[in-house]
Amino acid sequence: MPLSEQEHKELRTIAKKIRKDIVDVTHWSGGSHIGGSLSMVDFMVVLYWKYMRIDPKNPSWEERDRLVLSKGHGGVGHAVILANRGYFDFELLKEFNQFGSAFGMHLDSKKATGVEASTGSMGHGLSQALGMALGARVLKKDWKIYAVVGDGECNEGSIWESAMAANHYKTGNLIGFLDRNHMMIDGPTESVMSLEPLDKKWEAFGWFTQVINGHDMHQICNAIDRALAYKEGPSMIICDTVKGKGVDFMENNPAWHYGGLNAELAEKAKLSIDKMYPDLP
Amino acid sequence: MSPVGGLTWTVYDADKMTQAETYGLILSELGKMNPKIVGLSADLAKSTKIGKFGEKFPDRFFNLGIAEQNMFGVAAGLAKAGLLPFVSTFSVFASMRAVEFLRTDVCYQNLNVKIIATHGGTSFGSAGTTHHSIEDLSIIRAIPNIQLIVPADAVETALAVQACVEVEGPVYIRIGRSFEPRVYQTDQYGFQIGKSVEMKSGTDVTVIACGAVVYHAVEAANILEREDGISIRVLNMHTIKPIDREAILKALSETRRIVTFEDHNVIGGLGSAVSEVIAESGKACAFTKVGIPDQFTPHGYPEDLMHYYKIDTDGIVEKVRELLGKEFEKEEDWEDEY
Ligand SMILES: Cc1ncc(C[n+]2csc(CCOP(=O)(O)OP(=O)(O)O)c2C)c(N)n1
Ligand SMILES: [Mg+2]
Repeated sequence: MPLSEQEHKELRTIAKKIRKDIVDVTHWSGGSHIGGSLSMVDFMVVLYWKYMRIDPKNPSWEERDRLVLSKGHGGVGHAVILANRGYFDFELLKEFNQFGSAFGMHLDSKKATGVEASTGSMGHGLSQALGMALGARVLKKDWKIYAVVGDGECNEGSIWESAMAANHYKTGNLIGFLDRNHMMIDGPTESVMSLEPLDKKWEAFGWFTQVINGHDMHQICNAIDRALAYKEGPSMIICDTVKGKGVDFMENNPAWHYGGLNAELAEKAKLSIDKMYPDLP
Repeated sequence: MSPVGGLTWTVYDADKMTQAETYGLILSELGKMNPKIVGLSADLAKSTKIGKFGEKFPDRFFNLGIAEQNMFGVAAGLAKAGLLPFVSTFSVFASMRAVEFLRTDVCYQNLNVKIIATHGGTSFGSAGTTHHSIEDLSIIRAIPNIQLIVPADAVETALAVQACVEVEGPVYIRIGRSFEPRVYQTDQYGFQIGKSVEMKSGTDVTVIACGAVVYHAVEAANILEREDGISIRVLNMHTIKPIDREAILKALSETRRIVTFEDHNVIGGLGSAVSEVIAESGKACAFTKVGIPDQFTPHGYPEDLMHYYKIDTDGIVEKVRELLGKEFEKEEDWEDEY
């Protein structure tokens, strides 16, 4: 459903808070995969706050929709989102990365509430999401399964194994989000391992593929609406994003794939995030 | 003889069927009783016999094509959805091609996925080294949460497949390709995961085997008893993990000589698992592990390969005689030279 102005403002307010919370957790935990966490915030907020059928107080509710973070190193972003959505107390993230904590760089589905699959090794999550989508078919459930894939992650052969299988089994209940931030660890995707034409690749694998601006919540909603309406097979929404989005000194800089922030840098980062939202308090 | 656990299959069928055929049949029957069972294969539905289940339950069977990594990820997702996936491919691919998916998606999340890995050890014979699986027990054993079973014959395969449904969490059952001679005349011998079966009692030496080697161990023991007058204990150690420590310690105290025989590299499999228990006990024991001596295996018929590696009847007779001639130091003889 299209976003009303009011809704748009609310979702952007949430996204702004989440970006700042990610900065905080990165600061106190000593370091995190901040770049790829910031790039996925906007579509994740739209999913968790507007689209997903979930009950954070009943995380194992049978009828819930499921989201698998295939790019599992986005754990810090995912954890902050889940905390803000009410799955657990944000205070728990004070222990992020600490010995024995339920929360670390790559989230453990048996420990972190709301996390549907333990990921972190690239190229696994989409397969697990496909398994859930097929499971819904066997069990005659109307769950929607969302999978968030990295662009660098698309180097993995297993991604294309699952892409092929999802098309073969025509899983209309599986919707992928590809965080197309154009960066991986060693540099720009096109210099490390060419992906383009990426949309044509997904199309050729039989997925209903859309390319959108992954920071524009109106476009995100429209794309999700079209994907939900398309029942004949899997959908991929390629979200053109900026790695490190919101923090000027991180944007498009592969050095911020993973990094730590001292108090001063964290402050600078938050000021930059404020500038991204001039209309919000 | 009674049907297995209310199923229509009986031990008589074991004469006509390989381990894999028995598995396919049993799984189809279990599928009738348990609607949560789903089957997965990677273009080996026919070869692994999980296709029998697929024919009966096409809506609960997924062929993922030749893509083993995705298959294990999908199995994890299906288990997360609340289903009970059985995954079948050749053991060489289940344990190596896709091992990180088995480890991280299935075992780390402790999911209820059952892996029936066929064509274990050298049982694929002339398919050659690429298709021999001589590392799987070692690899699988090192992964937390998973249980590892190597049934001796078709009867035990039927029992293991049923038993694995009763336990929560991942189980890897390694079976052969065919040519597995029948060991059991009955299914009423109290099969239990984690409990070895004493095939013969004895006091001079203990032979511990798993899989198709168990048949040969029993044959060899009969020969040695007859020809050499030796009292041999034979243990079918069908579960490699969790290993039956109690039976090993008992054998250690009562026979003081142990030989293991397996269709696997001598590093990391049954022999290693047994030796760990022995070493930790602090008791002296004459011990040998027989299997594939850390080398890649040649092409050949399975029976020739088993003969070559001395894990058939003749080889076991020879190796046990060797061990009986081997002295081990009693505590009072220990010298401090190193
Ligand atoms: C199988 C595997 N290989 C390598 C890594 C190390 N690694 C972590 S993140 C990453 C780059 C991911 O890039 P991308 O998918 O584009 O993620 P994003 O840009 O969204 O952070 C790599 C190589 C890994 N986690 N898993
Ligand atoms: Mg990227």
